[in-house]
Order: sequence, then structure tokens, then C-alpha cells
Amino acid sequence: MIAHLNWTATLVFVAFFALVTGLGFIAGRWRAGDLDDLAEWGLGGRRFGAWVSWFLIGGDLYTAYTVIAVPAVVYAVGAYGMFAIPYTILIYPLLYLTFPRLWAVTRAKGYITAADYVDGRYGNRWLALAVALTGILATMPYIALQLVGMEKVISALGFEGGPWASHLPLTIAFIILAIYTYQSGLRAPAMIAFVKDIMIYIFVIAAVIVVPLKLGGYGAVFDAAGAALAKKAALSGKPAGLTLLPAQIMPFITLAIGSAMALFMYPHSMTGILAANSGTAIRKNAYMLPAYSLVLGFIAIMGYMALAAGIEVKNPQDVVPQLFLKMFPSWFAGFAFAGIAIGALVPAAVMSIGAANTFTRNVWKPFVDPGIGSKEEADLAKLMSLIVKVGALIVILVMPTTFALDLQLLGGVWMIQVFPAVVFGLFTRWFSGWALLAGWAIGMVVGTGLAAGPLAWTPVHAVFGLGFSAYNGLIAFVLNVAVAGALSALLPNTAPDATRAADYEDEALA
Amino acid sequence: MKILLLAAPCLLALAVPLYNSDSPRLFGFPFFYWALIGLVPVSALFIYAVFKMDGGK
Repeated sequence: MIAHLNWTATLVFVAFFALVTGLGFIAGRWRAGDLDDLAEWGLGGRRFGAWVSWFLIGGDLYTAYTVIAVPAVVYAVGAYGMFAIPYTILIYPLLYLTFPRLWAVTRAKGYITAADYVDGRYGNRWLALAVALTGILATMPYIALQLVGMEKVISALGFEGGPWASHLPLTIAFIILAIYTYQSGLRAPAMIAFVKDIMIYIFVIAAVIVVPLKLGGYGAVFDAAGAALAKKAALSGKPAGLTLLPAQIMPFITLAIGSAMALFMYPHSMTGILAANSGTAIRKNAYMLPAYSLVLGFIAIMGYMALAAGIEVKNPQDVVPQLFLKMFPSWFAGFAFAGIAIGALVPAAVMSIGAANTFTRNVWKPFVDPGIGSKEEADLAKLMSLIVKVGALIVILVMPTTFALDLQLLGGVWMIQVFPAVVFGLFTRWFSGWALLAGWAIGMVVGTGLAAGPLAWTPVHAVFGLGFSAYNGLIAFVLNVAVAGALSALLPNTAPDATRAADYEDEALA
Repeated sequence: MKILLLAAPCLLALAVPLYNSDSPRLFGFPFFYWALIGLVPVSALFIYAVFKMDGGK
């Protein structure tokens, strides 16, 4: 099991892991609040200023899986994997325009989740249930993928053995995570995010400087990568290269747009952003968070560094760990791996909290126990955060990784379908709740149906009559809005609205 | 005006044919890469400008 263990790297790894575990447990006392209240446990009491939010949201959105998967795609197919960059350029103007309004209304009304807001705005608890279930369904595989990211770096340390022995370190790490999230709530990932983000900045900057020096400069890196991709394309017959082929352009564009629309609909994004202490903190983050996108751009280029360094892996998701092992001393590889593993803990914690808040507020409370008290509500959410994490762990332990990957792909397609209910609602109440529910249902069915290819799940699909392929999620979204719009025109919205126009304006900028 | 400032970087990021080429290179980076990565801080500046126009401090 540990015969080939890289001891130096492992010791550094374990030391950093122990540090954040300690932080996770003391985090509950940070800016202490009553952790028996759901807004305290699950939103950190909405107390995070611009800087804390920057670390938390950055740690939450740019996950360990991102660090592993984006360079993996770039390594495998080249330019197409860079869609992550236009995607992350699109999200911040969207954040600036919409989330200060959502933050203001959720605080004015004591809402904790997107579905809480939809319920108040449209007076339709079934629409709220649809929003809630979509979020929970899409979050589960996303948590599982964080475990994949963690597992990649643990196996790179040299842990090996049968299916159970090799999963042991992961299981231990995850149990620790589950316990301190249970105890400290959102404060734990917020505090750990400081450590994680700083570590990731350090190892990315090191890689950006050191690796090209060893490989003869960026020009040589790109030339070698281009040659390697051309060879791959010739062998496989699939497009790969430093720039996009014409047929890849529309999938690239629509994937960027669709991913951007889906991102902030996820419960973990909502949780991270709504925990801010003001609309202005969110607006500041709209121009501060792109710093992470810049880092992501360089992380993506690591796929080319690996190609240029001649790294051969069976699974492209191993390229980043292998690149660090090959290019850096063991202690620094251990540091980078710890950064990635801790980078899995932050989003995994926030995701489980987001899903737990949503289940408690929008499934349990309205449909099972309307009279639930404030303390019982917080207790239930804590318990749910454990259940969600155990579920994700089981998915990883007993199912092939591709299963989680496919589900995560579908998760994005599903999340876009709640965009009309959540985002349109911030600006207009013209759409009616039932019409939005019908649009959502059509979008879910069509999006899932399009993704089910004859051989494998596919992210893009030819658009009939237009002569190009587009991201399934976006095609389904267009149908969703068309149905919701047509039905709203036929059956105007007459349901009560629990929010007032003034609830959407925050005090700083009226 | 504010909407235009927020939309501009998005439209540039999506105007793929404008930057889908290897040359001109910058510090060895093909145009595709330095244009995309360079657009990230530019987009942040646009958002910052809107923040200031909104009276942000």
C-alpha cells in the first residue's frame, strides 16, 4: 500500500492537511454567532466582507476539480479546453448585474436559498421545489468530482493497493471534513479558503515561472504542444490543436455561455455569494474575482506544459500531479498536492451546506413539517450536510468515475433550466409561476434527452436547420424560455408576491 | 452606458473568430491564448469602471 510512497511529499501534504483541519474546528468560534440558527450555520450570519467573500467565493468556484480537469482537457484536445476562460469572463458582469439585487431581497426577507426567493416571488411552492431539487441533483455529482480531484493527488503521492486500501486516505480526509462542516458550518470553508487560495496562487506562480524555464520558454512549450496535438489528431481522427477548427467555434461559444448561466444557479454559488455582508461586497467581488480567472488561464496552460515535458498518462486527469512530480522537488510537489486537496475541501463543504440548506428550507419545511422550529431547522441541515457527503463518497467508492463525470455534465444542463425563474424574476414578474414550471420541465427533458447520445453522453448537439452544433443546456434553455413566455402570455401572472420593489435595492447604491 | 461597458468584454470573449489564430505571438504565447488571458484583467477594469460610475467606494 505504501511501498512506493513519496515520503517527503506525503509529510508536507499531511502537515498542511492537519493545519486546515485545526482551522476547520476552531472556525465555529470566528465572529461567533448562534450556530443553532440556519442563517448562522449555513450562511455564516451574512457577515463576510469583500475580502473574506473574495477568498470564500474564489475557493468555492475554482475547485480542485477545475485545477485537475481544465488542464486535462487542454492536454487532451488543446484550444477547446480554453472555453473555461470566456466562461469565466462572462460570469462577473452577470454577477454584478444580478446578485446585489438577489442579496438585498434575500436579506430583507430572511431567505437562505434561491428556492426560498422563488417561492416568495411567485407564490408557487411547486416551482420552488423544482428549483430546489434541480440544485440538489446537480450538486451531488459535483461533490463527487471534488473527491476525484483529491484522489488524483493522493494517488500521485504513491498510495496504492486494492480498491478499498487505495480509497482509505480519501475516506479519512472526507470524514474529517464532514465533522468540522457539521460543527462550524460555512465559517469552516471560509477560513480554510484563505489557506487554500494562497497555496494555489503560490504553486501556479511557481509553475508559470519555473516550468517554461526548464522547457526553453513559452514559445517552445506551445510549439512542442502543438506538434504533440497534431500527432494525437492524426492518430485519433478527432480535432485537436492550438487553435479551434471552424466546426468547434459554435460549441466553444455556446458552452461558455451555458456554463456561465449555470454556475451561479448552483446552491454552492448562491451560498457563497449570499453570505456577503452587503451588495457592495458582491459588486467589489465582480471586479476582484477575475484574479482567479487569470490564474485559471495559466492553470489551463499546464496542459501544454505537460505535453511539452513529454508526460504520458493513461488518464489525462493525471497530468497536473505528474507535471509537478517531474518538474519540482518532492517537498514542493507535496505542497502543491496539499493545495489541490484542500481546494477540494472548500467547495465540497460549501456544496454540502448549500444542498443541506436547500433540502431543509425547500423540501422538508414546506412539504413535510411546516411547523419546524429554528433550532430543529439548523439541526436537520447539519444532518443533511453529512448525508450528502456520505452519498458523494459512496458514488466514488462504488461507481466508475465516468458516472460522476457524466452526471456533472448533465448537472450544468439542468442548472440552466432554473435561470429564468431565478434571474428573470429579479427584474420582472411578467412570467407566471406555472409557466416557468412548465418551461423548466421541458428544458429538463429536452436537455437530458439531447445529452443521451447513442454511445456516450454528449455535451453538444447539432441545431436543426442552422448548420452548427450548440451546447445542449443552451438549446434546452431557449425552449424553456419559449414555453414559459408563451404560457405566461396566455395565463398572466396573478399569484401573490411576497416581495416589494424596494426589497431589491440595497442601501449603498439606490 | 453601464450595460455597454459590462457587455463589451463579454462580446469580445465570444467573438472567437477575431482571436482564433496562432500569430501574432507575445512572449511565445499564440494570439488565441494571450488575447483570451489578457481579456480577463481588461474585463475586470470595465466592471470596476461601472462600479465607480455607480458611486462605489
